[in-house]
Amino acid sequence: MRTPFVIRFFTATSKKGWIALAAFAAMTLVLLPLLHLYVPPDSPLHVSGYVIAVGGKIMCYAIVAVAMDLIWGYAGILSLGHGVFFALGGYAFGQYLMRQIGRDGAYHADLPDFMVFLDWKALPWYWFGSDSFGIALFKVVAIPALLALVFGYFAFRSRIKGVYFSIITQAMTYAFMLLFFRNETGFGGNNGFTDFKRILGYPITAPEMRVLLFGLSALMLMFTLLLGRYLVTSKFGRVLTAIRDAESRVMFIGYNPLHYKLFIWTLSAMLCGIAGALYVPQVGIINPGEMSPANSIEIAIWVAVGGRATLIGPVIGAAIVNLSKSFFTQAFPDYWLFFLGALFVVVTLYLPDGVVGLWKRLRRKAKAS
Amino acid sequence: MSAIPQGLPPIVELIAGRPDEDQASLGHLVEPGEVDLSHNVILYLEGITVSFDGFKALNKLSLTIDAGELRCIIGPNGAGKTTMMDVITGKTRPDRGKAFFGQTLDLTRMSEPEIAHAGIGRKFQKPTIFENHSVFDNLELAMKIDKRVRRSLFSVIDDETRDRIADTLKQIRLQDAADRPAGLLSHGQKQWLEIGMLLMQDPRLLLLDEPVAGMTDEETERTGELFKSLAGKHSLVVVEHDMAFIGQLGGQVTVLHEGSVLAEGDLATVQNDQRVIEVYLGR
Repeated sequence: MRTPFVIRFFTATSKKGWIALAAFAAMTLVLLPLLHLYVPPDSPLHVSGYVIAVGGKIMCYAIVAVAMDLIWGYAGILSLGHGVFFALGGYAFGQYLMRQIGRDGAYHADLPDFMVFLDWKALPWYWFGSDSFGIALFKVVAIPALLALVFGYFAFRSRIKGVYFSIITQAMTYAFMLLFFRNETGFGGNNGFTDFKRILGYPITAPEMRVLLFGLSALMLMFTLLLGRYLVTSKFGRVLTAIRDAESRVMFIGYNPLHYKLFIWTLSAMLCGIAGALYVPQVGIINPGEMSPANSIEIAIWVAVGGRATLIGPVIGAAIVNLSKSFFTQAFPDYWLFFLGALFVVVTLYLPDGVVGLWKRLRRKAKAS
Repeated sequence: MSAIPQGLPPIVELIAGRPDEDQASLGHLVEPGEVDLSHNVILYLEGITVSFDGFKALNKLSLTIDAGELRCIIGPNGAGKTTMMDVITGKTRPDRGKAFFGQTLDLTRMSEPEIAHAGIGRKFQKPTIFENHSVFDNLELAMKIDKRVRRSLFSVIDDETRDRIADTLKQIRLQDAADRPAGLLSHGQKQWLEIGMLLMQDPRLLLLDEPVAGMTDEETERTGELFKSLAGKHSLVVVEHDMAFIGQLGGQVTVLHEGSVLAEGDLATVQNDQRVIEVYLGR
């Protein structure tokens, strides 16, 4: 008897997990949007646009964190270049957003402003299909996936592991950053893409559009968590953690680790691409800074703070770090990096399993006493 | 031949050979990926040389293992026992020489997972198990089954797998530890779990590198009994230092020294061989 896939997909997440998800859905899909749209701004119950903007941004980061956890926490592969997949997803959707500006740019030209500035007469070939929403969505997933597939194939086939793998992923994102900084690359140089006006013809700054993007980010985060839970509870997930713990044994019992690593690596990159595409319209800008090595390291910190190989931990980690970042960069802008460094040191020394590990330890203690 | 004989066998049978007929006279088809034991040899090494930076770990090593045989391999440290296993399992490529599994499978051209799939199981010197997985999961992962990603994504543990795991748990005496994380087992139990994982793979040939290291005398004896019961159906190659254990297993003994075979025979013959004594006691 085979249990249908759908049933197993839904039973992979525990009852408690479903209750938490339902509560999260009610909050992000119903409560916050209603309080933002229909409660007048002078009411104490009103949820400001700032909350929606920060919340949406953090949920995009959380998707990246979960994608990172799948590859680092479960397969033991530390990528310090995941920012590149996020940024490529963002750029792919950014191309569409740039075309949606139409003739409303500063030069009132058919081409995006930066191309007019470069005195280009036509779109470069890699802007093909950028007018189409459907093709844009396809590129958001396909471009990070293709890069991950090619890069991963050669790296995993050569059995590059551990710190060497981390270093070449750093090099990869750095190389992409330099490439995208060039004006001639055709992605707006160091200014990147900004001044977006519309999605599917609807104004991007309208509160309804903001709330829609916020809700979509929440849905995508929930889907990512469910998918992750399914994967790590399946046999695939057990093979993945087996690769992490004893790769040679996995090979000698007949699994090819290359295929397993490549699958989860590519899937992780695709999730990052989607997160990037949701992020760009909410933040209103994408530039090569997103590909800086420091950004990718920060992703690893989110996961470490929340707790590796827990899926929910990275969501919490991404929220903690980014909320502190929002707070620090306003209150004490000079000290943010010191705080981040200190946080990482404390987590590494005292919380090897992150916040979730701490929570579990406290619960066990409470039960024991 | 004067006339065409009546009832000529169909052409397919001419090529493939009828199962009840003498295979050698008519020949048979090579089944891709299947071990061909038609000459009763399961492992065939000839002139294998492996050198690391000029040091010859294996030097023109030639060795054949018959189907169903239980062979013990001894030799002083650095004799090349582990390197030989590395060559057989695809971890190390030989500089020269042939390595065949059955008549047709060229081990020097196959990857580790392919070799494992063809039916060679290996137990490492240091027990290598999945410490964070339960004993049950360790065995389940080893189970002989389609091991591609697509299958693993959607597979469920069926009753047949459950039965196999229950049988194996009994064989390796870990019934009560099925749900325990493998990392918490004692050293001897870990050795057994690894042997159990090999059994789940249902290999034709088992390579066992010091399988009783760190076991108590009682555990060692039980392991010996298990191996003897496996011989016949499976072929076993056991690398050991424990002479009492080798004596218990019986069977042929091969002595390796400086990367090639020094002597071969039953344990008593080998132990009385002058050259073997020299190698072990020093010149």
